[in-house]
Amino acid sequence: MIQVYRVLFLVFLLLLWEGVSRWFGVEFFISRPSAVAQSLWKILLNGVFFYHAGITTLEAVLGFFFGSLAGLIAGLVLGRAKVLADILDPFLTAFYSLPKVALAPLFILWFGIGLPMKVILTAAVVFFLVFLNTYSGVRNVSREQLTILRLMGAKERDLLTMVVIPSAFTWVFTGLRLSVPYALIGALVGEIIAANRGLGYLLSDAASQFDTAGVFAALAGIIALALILNTAVKLAERKLMPWKANEAEREVAV
Amino acid sequence: MSATPFIQFSGVQKSFKVEGRHFVAVRNVSLQVQRGEIITLVGPSGCGKSTLLNMTAGLFGPTEGQVHYDGAEVKGVNTRVGYMTQADHLLPWRTVAGNIAVPLQIRRVPKAQIDARVEELMALVGLTGFGESYPNQLSGGMRKRAAMARLMASDPETLLMDEPFGALDAQMRLTLQTELLRLCRKLNKTVLFVTHDVDEAIALADRCVVFAGRPGTIDHVLDIPLTGERNLVQLRSDPRYVALCAELWKRLAPDVAGAADPASLAHSLEVV
Repeated sequence: MIQVYRVLFLVFLLLLWEGVSRWFGVEFFISRPSAVAQSLWKILLNGVFFYHAGITTLEAVLGFFFGSLAGLIAGLVLGRAKVLADILDPFLTAFYSLPKVALAPLFILWFGIGLPMKVILTAAVVFFLVFLNTYSGVRNVSREQLTILRLMGAKERDLLTMVVIPSAFTWVFTGLRLSVPYALIGALVGEIIAANRGLGYLLSDAASQFDTAGVFAALAGIIALALILNTAVKLAERKLMPWKANEAEREVAV
Repeated sequence: MSATPFIQFSGVQKSFKVEGRHFVAVRNVSLQVQRGEIITLVGPSGCGKSTLLNMTAGLFGPTEGQVHYDGAEVKGVNTRVGYMTQADHLLPWRTVAGNIAVPLQIRRVPKAQIDARVEELMALVGLTGFGESYPNQLSGGMRKRAAMARLMASDPETLLMDEPFGALDAQMRLTLQTELLRLCRKLNKTVLFVTHDVDEAIALADRCVVFAGRPGTIDHVLDIPLTGERNLVQLRSDPRYVALCAELWKRLAPDVAGAADPASLAHSLEVV
């Protein structure tokens, strides 16, 4: 039933949009759904959309992968080495406070305007989210569980694989889930600032030609991409943390 | 060799700092435990019984005095003991079978052997068929049994048990008590066993250490002159056992126990 209402709401919004655009003569600024659909259909048919979406996805996924890998390793290491973490704390906080997209001009200077620049910018954005979450995850490992395993003769390696990493997992995934939209931001901002390929380029190119319908078509594509990436992370989470999955299904009892 | 005690507490005192105030958990505790002995510790809550177990496990040292284990002072984590705490501390991301396998995996036992042993232990504690469940799907008693199976899998020479059977139903408790007694006698394990159950304290013990509260001190050590091999059901009607239970009640609650005839009190408590 909820689904039906949702569809009705969507239809209502689109009709409102179409109506406002036609009756008030503001099509130049807000386009209209039928024009957007046409525009989207065109770039879907001639493959332009898939080419650009493919580039953006590649940048986002690569940046997400390298950024989260680095964040994961840094989080694990600093989480276990308390002194090192204490020394680095103010520097990390300072770097964290810097909006990472502000680094884009510097990255262009260093890596040019090609794919590597966007991947690195995306990785820089993702790194901190995953790093901070992994770090708190490692810090929140139950000391009692570690002690019980130590009494069983566990070495540092056993503690890491049996307790620390699985325990940090929940936190890591929170970081990963939060990172997905930011990975897209990194890739898109990189493309809008300087590129000749990608959905960000498609977006700014359409805008510069006053093609409002094209802008909305590109936005629709970006939303679709974000939804797909989010779903992928959610599925991975279910697969990798079965004990969490049944937690959600469990009846609540106190 | 047998002259030197296996576990020895000499003049042990332990104080903690809680919110800036010192508070003494145990004071002037001296106790000698021989290898293969089963010692139960009873007494009011917060009288430092768990503190003694923690010190035997080497989780922290005494403020004064010494704890010796097998001739050497306990310094750092004592991996020769197995500790079953009040909380089960199962790993939530592992299944029951996975949790029981933990000590075997730490010892790098081959996979096939682990599987067989885990199956055996699950049958022993009545968890057959629950191997693939996660701890958060189990009841408190089942989690305790899983923790018990894990302790058995780790097979330590000394067992430290802190109210391990508190959350269990009567039949399961009897099964696990019997099994614990049988294994410990057969493999000559040394056991320090904290309990609040008077029957349990007598039924399992070679000696029962009675604590008095705050700060915790040893009030009395009760010798239990029952045979090592016992049938825990027949034991209930053994007059020596009944007398010992009454004796322990008198030690624990002299005001209450003094009012009634000790023997009848022990009987009435069994009914409860």
